[in-house]
Amino acid sequence: MGVDGSHEAKTTYREAMREALRQALRSDERVFLMGEDVGRYGGCFGVSLGLLEEFGPERVRDTPLSESAFVGAGIGAALAGMRPVVEIMTVNFSLLALDQILNNAATLLHMSGGQLPVPLVIRMTTGAGRQLAAQHSHSLEGWYAHIPGIRVLAPATLEDARHMLAPALADPDPVLIFEHGSLYNVSGELLEPTAPVDLEHAAIRRPGTDISLITYGGSLPKALAAADELAAEGISAEVIDLRTLRPLDAEAITASVARTHRAVVIDEAWRTGSLAAEVSARIAEESFYELDAPVERVCSAEVPMPYARRLEEAALPQPADIVAAAHRAVN
Amino acid sequence: MSAARATRTRKDPAPPKSGKETTTTRRSASTEAPARQPDTGHRTDLLESMLRIRHFEERCVELYSAAKIRGFVHLYIGEEAVAVGVNEALTPEDAVVSTYREHGHALARGITADAVMAEMYGRTTGCSGGRGGSMHLFDASRRFYGGNAIVAGGLPLAAGLALADRMRERTNVTCCFFGDGAFAEGEFHETANLAALWKLPVLLVCENNRYAMGTALERHEAQTDLAMRAASYGMVAWAVDGMDVEVVEQAARRAVEGIRAGTGPHFLELRTYRFRAHSMYDPDRYRDRTEIERWKSRDPISLLTDRMRDNGELGDKDVATIEQRITAEIDRAVEAAEQAPEEPVEHLLHHVTSSSAEAVS
Ligand SMILES: Cc1ncc(C[n+]2csc(CCOP(=O)(O)OP(=O)(O)O)c2C)c(N)n1
Ligand SMILES: [Mg+2]
Repeated sequence: MGVDGSHEAKTTYREAMREALRQALRSDERVFLMGEDVGRYGGCFGVSLGLLEEFGPERVRDTPLSESAFVGAGIGAALAGMRPVVEIMTVNFSLLALDQILNNAATLLHMSGGQLPVPLVIRMTTGAGRQLAAQHSHSLEGWYAHIPGIRVLAPATLEDARHMLAPALADPDPVLIFEHGSLYNVSGELLEPTAPVDLEHAAIRRPGTDISLITYGGSLPKALAAADELAAEGISAEVIDLRTLRPLDAEAITASVARTHRAVVIDEAWRTGSLAAEVSARIAEESFYELDAPVERVCSAEVPMPYARRLEEAALPQPADIVAAAHRAVN
Repeated sequence: MSAARATRTRKDPAPPKSGKETTTTRRSASTEAPARQPDTGHRTDLLESMLRIRHFEERCVELYSAAKIRGFVHLYIGEEAVAVGVNEALTPEDAVVSTYREHGHALARGITADAVMAEMYGRTTGCSGGRGGSMHLFDASRRFYGGNAIVAGGLPLAAGLALADRMRERTNVTCCFFGDGAFAEGEFHETANLAALWKLPVLLVCENNRYAMGTALERHEAQTDLAMRAASYGMVAWAVDGMDVEVVEQAARRAVEGIRAGTGPHFLELRTYRFRAHSMYDPDRYRDRTEIERWKSRDPISLLTDRMRDNGELGDKDVATIEQRITAEIDRAVEAAEQAPEEPVEHLLHHVTSSSAEAVS
């Protein structure tokens, strides 16, 4: 909290995101928001509530249940000079638009020999933790991070929720923003950023000297909680928030491991073929001789997300799992 | 009720003459002279445009056999009237979205034979800088948004181009070509609904050549009256003889007029046929030779030349002159492609993102 508190306001992640959208719609008439239930309903997670009233149905555009058509329409509109923000309800539904995202958005620039950049932003919810079971809870952002030609963002803090959208819209290429469902109600003081928010760099959310906890998105609060616990035991954990999942800020990872010589990678996706696997491989490639212990990974259990609360909790990375992994690495 | 009537919607004044034609065997309707009588010069242009596509592709076959060009190459031979006729209805400000069978669309749009041929050769002078090949021809300056090799994958894009034009209050039309095979894809139906719901200025051009690779229309569609199905989305839809370039042009002009007048998307089912195999890889084992011969007797190029000859608008000499001109144009294109530089391997990662594209200069 600031000393005098005068430039601070209590806000939620949802409101921060909404404010980002509002500012984008106000400042550039080429920007419009489109997706299922973004208008009258206010967004399936309430992010766009009130924007229809302010900007009208042309710019806050309810679409039919046609993920492929409206994501593709966003691509076409971007090609023709607009700056669309397309909202997909959840990452699971984005699979119905995967053709457009991969085969068009990510490839048009290349296939056309550089003639057709696609300045499109696609936002969607990701992740589990709300007992929504096996078709609404997965973390597939790592799949998207596999694709050259798109930028993949995972805002995990109020500041990033508020300030990543503008640079995403300024990017000439497609940007995917993954909003973890468990973050929408996170509330706190939204501080004005001291430096412009960039889309290139990971952030050190907590400095430390003994071990690096490398994570992103909905797992960041868990990693921070684990770091608190470790601190109580006298283990100083550094928490790295990747922020941008593609292109990865490999230097930040290398630099952190060079300081701590130990790493735990926390990723809510399934372990096999995950972003955590990519980060681990980078550490093996770049920091092998810096390591004092094998890299640890804390990921979701390899099971479709179960509904029952106990099982869902057991399937997901928890602070205790992170602490245990850190213990293995430190001892 | 005839299919043509069934495909008419409330807004649809009347289908063009050939729209009455519902079966390919009823030839009388399709050889009927169109209502508008364009001048000889215009017909000659149509003929030249079709001949350019035909000769260009015949050269592609030779070059493919000589292993000069590779990859998937899908020939348009037999379907030239569609690209040429539809293009007549479009202005340079309009947009075109196409398929992998798009040499004809690209050439009709005015992309030069040089640029297309160089692309087939994978050279930097190609219209996609050699990154696309036969299936991915692009030209942003002509609003030609590609060569899409995902069946129906271009349709959502076309809706978005049209949406942007509408939001920016431009009167452009976006024309999207796709095959009969696209009717079985969700992306077609999603886009048809979206375009009709939002009254988008799109011209949906279905090239019904009766096959999706080796699968005949009757074997991939439960209901084969495609125009009727498009009309069910609440858009104007006509089935049109796709072998008669003048009929195609007339239908496309009326559709584009309707779209510019703000009546929303229009759909044309152009009944046509590919004379060659699906691609250079296809041994074409699934079609009856007599069926192919029957369609060849309605070759769009012969149809027009015969009509012009009958009208005394064209002599043998004229055709020979046009063909010589085109042959020379293609010779030059091949020669230029042969000489054109290949992209250095150090450029491999260019055009992945816009910042990597900037590294080019
Ligand atoms: C989504 C998708 N599925 C399958 C294919 C393989 N494929 C390429 S062309 C084609 C047939 C398409 O037929 P149609 O739409 O009628 O177009 P035509 O080739 O006859 O012009 C198929 C199945 C593809 N390219 N895309
Ligand atoms: Mg076909």
